[in-house]
Amino acid sequence: MSTDGAGVLERILTEDEAAILDAWNTALREGASLQGGRIREAELRTQAKAVLGQLRDALASNSLDADGEGFAPLRETLADISRSRAIQGFTPTDTANFVFSLKEPIFEALRRSADVDASTLAAGVWAAGKVLDRLGLHTMEVFLASREEVIGRQGQEIAELSTPVVRLWDGILALPLIGTLDSARTGVVMENLLQAIVDEEAEIAIIDITGVPTVDTLVAQHLLKTVAAARLMGADCIVSGIRPQIAQTMVHLGVELNVVSKATLADAFAVALKRTGRKVVRQQAPAEERR
Amino acid sequence: MDRIPILKLGGALIVSIQVDMHDRLALALEEDLTAMIARTGARGVLIEISALEIVDSFIGRMLVSIAAVSRVLDAETVVAGMRPAVAITLVELGLELTGIKTALNVERGMALIQVRLSEEDDGHGSDRDRHED
Repeated sequence: MSTDGAGVLERILTEDEAAILDAWNTALREGASLQGGRIREAELRTQAKAVLGQLRDALASNSLDADGEGFAPLRETLADISRSRAIQGFTPTDTANFVFSLKEPIFEALRRSADVDASTLAAGVWAAGKVLDRLGLHTMEVFLASREEVIGRQGQEIAELSTPVVRLWDGILALPLIGTLDSARTGVVMENLLQAIVDEEAEIAIIDITGVPTVDTLVAQHLLKTVAAARLMGADCIVSGIRPQIAQTMVHLGVELNVVSKATLADAFAVALKRTGRKVVRQQAPAEERR
Repeated sequence: MDRIPILKLGGALIVSIQVDMHDRLALALEEDLTAMIARTGARGVLIEISALEIVDSFIGRMLVSIAAVSRVLDAETVVAGMRPAVAITLVELGLELTGIKTALNVERGMALIQVRLSEEDDGHGSDRDRHED
């Protein structure tokens, strides 16, 4: 029966191609696919024509297995379309509808066809439904995979952006941390900091955690690891920017940071300057402060 | 069996580890160093490990025990020139080398030892003179 269905479908697609394509294009135009002008109508037409042509070729192999060999070029085309949709910011519904909206024109064409009896019609409808559903799912899978890829890349970029090591002065580095510290980020932070210590021949590193939303035992452990590694390299660490609520939470949790900590980055910098034998002075003190 | 040379420079001993440490070499170093500290009365030990690329828990523990033995013999241990990868490994192993001073390079390490030596000279100068007589 399935072979029969594929044959019927192929015949219909060959005989009635123009009408089906027209109806499909109308359906696509009426649907949401064009909304917002994210894609031109001509482009949509080209895509539809290519997909329809390849669907016919695939059916010519007398198979209804949309995962099979004969459908490979069609799957490839759909994957490309789906990927570009994901990047252009289409909704999942729009993307899936591209394939699903082909159903109605094909059913219509089957019905129109004069020499089709009831059982052949049923076979054709079943075949079309089976193939198109599978292809629709395939577009969704590719769509989601591309989105995941985008999300993953963004995550990686954020991780890279949020771990800069800044040179404040000769031998004094600052590491402003932003966001939660997990094991993966701690690794990146640690490597960056240690490499910077070597490159800058730093004596003191200030870890500023103003941008760290919460400090629990795990984050504290990661901080301590970073501090310990820096110490092994011969650099002292100062932790700064612990906000009042965080300080309270830390004490309640029993988290102890056995390192020098200062309230603000400015305080920490002052300590660092003092330790390296430097002092910040005003060139000319205001009159009331001069004693 | 090859051994790691120990150099005496003023009141300090310098050990530069230029080869891959294996366990027997580490044990031999600990032994030699202890004997050398006792013989020379050195007050500082500088271990330079910038060429050391691989550490395991045994080498880490060996560093800690060298430092402990030196402290008993009244010498301070400074580890200088640790590579970032080595530092990360030691921390992940849970060996934070507490009680050992660290320095970025030999120059800074020697400066640390010099500070201690000059403090000793100021504080216990007479003691030490008598001892050496």
